[in-house]
Amino acid sequence: MPDVNSRKFTFIVSLVLSVVCSVLVSAAAVSLKPIQDKNRELDRQRNVLAAAGLLGENTDIEEAFRDISVLAVNVTDGSYEKETGFDTEFFKDFKALSTASSTSVRLTKEQDIAGIASISKEQPVYVVMKDGKPDKIILHVYGSGLWSTMYGFLALEGDGETVAGLTFYDQKETPGLGGEVDNPNWKAQWVGKEVYGEDGRLKLGVGNGKVDPSNPDAKHLVDSLSGASMTSRGVNGLVRFWLGENGYGKFLSKIESEGFNG
Amino acid sequence: MASSTAKIFTDPIFRNNPIAVQVLGICSSLAVTSNLKTTMVMALAVVVVLGLSNFSLSIIRNYIPSSIRIIVEMTIIASLVIIADQFIKAYFFEISKQLSVFVGLIITNCILMGRAEAFAIKNPPFQSLLDGLGNGAGYGLVLIVVGTIRELVGAGKLLGIQVLPLATDGGWYTPNGLFLLAPSAFFLIGLIIWGVQLIIAKGVKA
Repeated sequence: MPDVNSRKFTFIVSLVLSVVCSVLVSAAAVSLKPIQDKNRELDRQRNVLAAAGLLGENTDIEEAFRDISVLAVNVTDGSYEKETGFDTEFFKDFKALSTASSTSVRLTKEQDIAGIASISKEQPVYVVMKDGKPDKIILHVYGSGLWSTMYGFLALEGDGETVAGLTFYDQKETPGLGGEVDNPNWKAQWVGKEVYGEDGRLKLGVGNGKVDPSNPDAKHLVDSLSGASMTSRGVNGLVRFWLGENGYGKFLSKIESEGFNG
Repeated sequence: MASSTAKIFTDPIFRNNPIAVQVLGICSSLAVTSNLKTTMVMALAVVVVLGLSNFSLSIIRNYIPSSIRIIVEMTIIASLVIIADQFIKAYFFEISKQLSVFVGLIITNCILMGRAEAFAIKNPPFQSLLDGLGNGAGYGLVLIVVGTIRELVGAGKLLGIQVLPLATDGGWYTPNGLFLLAPSAFFLIGLIIWGVQLIIAKGVKA
């Protein structure tokens, strides 16, 4: 038995230990990565379906997704292109695409009502087709809440003027307060809300407290979450940002005026 | 010998419970107990990591130079925790979303370092494994008790299934939202510590 406390032995022990531990850790990380990526993608797809109201108890997600086309939408001019697999690429490189100067748009303070600083020029949009026409248009949306960036999907009916649903697949708001953005009852309020007012201006949003049904804007507004003003403001901001001029606005008016050809 | 070996495992479950008696590992028990399912996965992760870290430390205990003892312990614990975290992300994805950083924070859970220093470093592997599993189970037990109460009172659910019909859905139960927030775990764990200490002080010899 060598002298355990000698300097040489100390070095050998730390060396062997570091090598063994790093091999174990990297082996676990590398071998489990494909399963983890698959999980994340399935979770996102489940949320896309949930936003569009297409998620039943036993829906086979991959099966259901075969009928959905993925568009790469350029938010600067509203042009779009069908590109299967674009979403996978987009979410994989999300951070880089959203911040690199060649692929992103920097938002000015007035534009940035969602609190996200810069966005990728190309954003993924899912379209569910029915009888050759878009039935549901599902937009990827995100913005700052109180603690976290909330990531979700906003689904519109095929006409692009009525909300079909809203879900968040990643948010870290206070459980029980802001975390209630995941509450099914609250999310259900979004369904059927009208995006634009009579004059064509963007009206959809989160109201102040409980929305009075006699309010002329009641068909555009949902109740804010009690005890969560900042989160409610965040959701309002992100919905209005992504439906607005700097978000999917140009894309939506393009398919409105020219019709959808996918 | 047989009974004293068994005691290594059973003692920390109640009489020497890591949370209630040693008062270790309180921080994570506040954070992950808001519903039962995450609580159970967290408890399981701690049992496995604690058992394995005690076991592997004990195997190499005679070769650890005293000058880097703590570093060696931390390295082994950290590696095991990362591996556990990767497993949970791969096989319990929904739950990993709720546990978020807390699995990683098992590294800083005082129970692991505490048991490594207090037991594994001077006892043979099998006993250390038992000590790790026992302490993990003791921690898990308290966590599950707290998790059950919090989910039931805070949301009227158990394991995500509605047991008490909510007033908002036409039932009679108005959930107490406080129980979903961390402070409620303070009260509950405080009561548990009080209760267990009281029983032990009354002289129950296990």
